[in-house]
Amino acid sequence: MKNFFKVPLLLIAPMVLGLLSGCERPPIETVQTGFRGTGMEQIYNPRTLLKQAALNQAPEAAEAASSDGPKASEVYKNVQVLGDLSVSQFNRHMAAITQWVSPDAGCAYCHNVQNFADDGKYTKVVARRMIQMTQRVNQDWKTHVAETGVTCYTCHRGNNIPTNVWFAPKDREYAGGALGDLAGQNIASTQAGLSSLPFDPFTPYLKDAAAIRVNGNEAMAGIGKSANRASIKQTEHTYSLMLHMSESLGVNCTYCHNTRNFQSWEESRPQRVTSWYGIRMARDLNNDYMTPLTKTFPPERLGPKGDVAKVNCTTCHQGAYKPLYGAPMAKNFPELQALAKP
Amino acid sequence: MAQYQNLFTSVQPVGPLHHGVDLPRGDEKRLGTPFLFHLLGRIGNAQIGPVYLGTLGVASLIFGIAAFNIIGLNMLASVDWNPIQMLRQLFWLALEPPAPAYGLSIPPLNQGGWWLITGSMLTVSILLWWTRTYRRARQLGLGTHVAWAYAAAIWLFLVCGFFRPVMMGSWSEAVPFGIFPHLDWTSAISLRYGNLFYNPFHALSIVFLYGSVLLFAMHGGTILAVSRYGGEREIEQIVDRGTASERAALFWRWTMGFNATMESIHRWAWWFAVLCPLVGGIGILLTGTVVDNWYLWSVKHHVVPAYPLVSPAVIDPAILGVKP
Repeated sequence: MKNFFKVPLLLIAPMVLGLLSGCERPPIETVQTGFRGTGMEQIYNPRTLLKQAALNQAPEAAEAASSDGPKASEVYKNVQVLGDLSVSQFNRHMAAITQWVSPDAGCAYCHNVQNFADDGKYTKVVARRMIQMTQRVNQDWKTHVAETGVTCYTCHRGNNIPTNVWFAPKDREYAGGALGDLAGQNIASTQAGLSSLPFDPFTPYLKDAAAIRVNGNEAMAGIGKSANRASIKQTEHTYSLMLHMSESLGVNCTYCHNTRNFQSWEESRPQRVTSWYGIRMARDLNNDYMTPLTKTFPPERLGPKGDVAKVNCTTCHQGAYKPLYGAPMAKNFPELQALAKP
Repeated sequence: MAQYQNLFTSVQPVGPLHHGVDLPRGDEKRLGTPFLFHLLGRIGNAQIGPVYLGTLGVASLIFGIAAFNIIGLNMLASVDWNPIQMLRQLFWLALEPPAPAYGLSIPPLNQGGWWLITGSMLTVSILLWWTRTYRRARQLGLGTHVAWAYAAAIWLFLVCGFFRPVMMGSWSEAVPFGIFPHLDWTSAISLRYGNLFYNPFHALSIVFLYGSVLLFAMHGGTILAVSRYGGEREIEQIVDRGTASERAALFWRWTMGFNATMESIHRWAWWFAVLCPLVGGIGILLTGTVVDNWYLWSVKHHVVPAYPLVSPAVIDPAILGVKP
């Protein structure tokens, strides 16, 4: 009788431990977001959430400066944006940018300290354009950022370059191109949430405007013109983009979709509309703000294919369903709320 | 008492090693001298060999090994011939079918050509092996039940990799050769065609899959439980019911009112196993060729329950034509 238990136990115990090693340590908290039985729920681990929360704190803003006195554009030379701020407001803003973007290098990261008006450093030219981009987001993309808005800190978080940006991936051609083609997928990639799905969902969707939707609206679409021609490979690309969004926001599919019928808007949550605009916003920023700066950047700042760093969902969200958990940081910087008049 | 309630076979009856019955004329000789391997005897028969390879076996192995090597070399090349990366990323790597743009044409070697070659070699190998199982059964004077069960699995393999892609007019619809990539394909086909959960043939296939598991547990459990009365002599007990059969039957009649017989239980098991890939293959073949969205198909046929919507009305922003 003794052996009856001993032998299987010796075999099974390591197997069970091995299988468990791939699991996340509990507790897991489930939050229901839809009608019972539909599986509409979010899953959180309070331990990882706590770590995540600490990484997503907004810095305290300096007290608002007085709008009295001469305008910055009257006092300083070559002020192309934020020129209608008072000098003290302007200086408060410059101090904030330094804290947000170059806390270590200070003013000299962008400015020639001998002549602050000089546009010689590329970083200054880029920063000016980025201020305009921030204004554009807050003014024209309220469908995505609402009244919360964004500041430089939303992406930069104290880094010269935001930690999460993307470049077109380098071409991988091995064996003289005779074999081993990856077909844009089939290798572990963080972009696709460590799956083997396509590793560049950004170029087609966040730069180009390839069709994301693959589902048809009819049970039997038939053949010919009415047929839905979306392929399985196209579906894998969409899947990869969705994985990216899920990873960026720290949420699962049911944050937006009712997964029994992914395509249905009626059964979706309103968050899906917000993220629909988010995709368009990222595309707009990449095409209208980032790509035109390609020549401004020195070669070492460009990607393997010579393209400029671009934004995706993680650039701002960084694992939080709202960047900085929705801290209303932008309201302290009204100068970033609307596009500066030229 | 407990000797039959063990994970391992506790009885290893060993007789003189034998080559088996004489083969009919025209067959080749069996290969190898049989020997005993005690550890394997704990999970099966301790006698290893002889093997019958024959023309079909050799041909099948040649095609199979060639396909396996083409897949492996492509995977190795895709990590720049780095064996460590090959091991690390083995589950991620794949040989991918051609891109949709190639349709059913023959693509360049590295754009899916290798996939096409591998697929046809693997198909030839599998079909040769099927012929071998059929021929070997006949030459031994057996029925061909195993061959036909294997054919059911081949049906599903060919539906996924050949029949459906041909009907869809594109090799790109086929399954990649790779561990995770073929699972991605499985998710993607479900996402693309409106949730395979609502495909009734998929549902039937799962019934037969889980049903097979249930039947296997019931049958295995029953026979082990009555083996102390000679119940493992199932075939003899088909026509000559002993107390083992009677007790097994009585047990199931007591617990669920009905029982299979020593003969019918094997037909139950065979059909459940065969129907699993058979109906599954039908479900996949209809996906995309006939039905574009299984969820909407199920709505049409009134099998989808409606749940109250919790969120406020959500409208597709693309319909509204909203610019930023």
